Amino acid sequence: MSQSAEQLKALLERIPYARFLGVRADLAGDEMTAVLPFSDHLIGNPTLPAIHGGVLGAFMEMTALAQLSIKEGQARQPRVIDVSIEYLRSGRPLTTYARAEIKKVGRRIANVHVEAWQEQRDAPIAALRGHFLVTPADEGLELPLV
Amino acid sequence: MSEHLDTMREVAHAMNQGSPQARALGFETVSLDHATAVLKVPYDAKLIGDPDTGVIAGGVVTTLLDHCCGQAAHAALDSFKFIATLDLRIDYMRAAEPGKDIFARAHCFKVTRNVAFVRAVAYDNDPDDPVAAATAAFMLDSSKGKKPGGNYKPPKAAS
Repeated sequence: MSQSAEQLKALLERIPYARFLGVRADLAGDEMTAVLPFSDHLIGNPTLPAIHGGVLGAFMEMTALAQLSIKEGQARQPRVIDVSIEYLRSGRPLTTYARAEIKKVGRRIANVHVEAWQEQRDAPIAALRGHFLVTPADEGLELPLV
Repeated sequence: MSEHLDTMREVAHAMNQGSPQARALGFETVSLDHATAVLKVPYDAKLIGDPDTGVIAGGVVTTLLDHCCGQAAHAALDSFKFIATLDLRIDYMRAAEPGKDIFARAHCFKVTRNVAFVRAVAYDNDPDDPVAAATAAFMLDSSKGKKPGGNYKPPKAAS
């Protein structure tokens, strides 16, 4: 495991809520794929069953935050300003993946798009667009992970 | 109408107990009236998003707002229908105070034939000093044609 992959693992393991959801992450260079293995406690609608929409939103938020930390290196954990979540398909009882694309990072604001999918990358189940408050690494101590 | 509200309150309670995620987070419906719901998530160390400050993860507030908006939509309908979140927009105004329970109050302000529109705020002390605000749209009758357990099967045509 590369040094940055280990740092990412440590970052996620430090966050109790990431452990509660069971979020993991795979790293290919500076591109991260967040992985949410299916677990019964993630179900919102027990009849279908379907993963809770809030869980998918939270998972994509976390993907955006982790991708920002990896790519930009943050003096402080970035803060969410706003998110807009689109639900495209029902979240089936399967492993969910998410990838974030950083559209722009300014001095204070980062714009990030995230997509989540299950069996088919080209059939996303949800998407998120968000604004995040960032503190660039050169204003703090920590360096980018990659 | 009040009989209908009693039924809706039972549905809300069942939605908190029967939904594994709502139960895992400890969701509780504090009050339910016509088109309005107030929910609570108790503070819990396992839900912390920032270990340095002990602030609850934004994702917990996201799930609380989604769930609360859904219950407000249910409470605005004349009869029970399955609903699904179409769209959820959340503004995070400030960090919740560590150690405090978080509440959400949602109001379904419009129901059309297919869609319910809901607004909500999340707060720890005062609804006028919110932690977050949300706008949501729900598709009504979302499970039409989908049988219980339908999500175990792959969709017919993945398009």
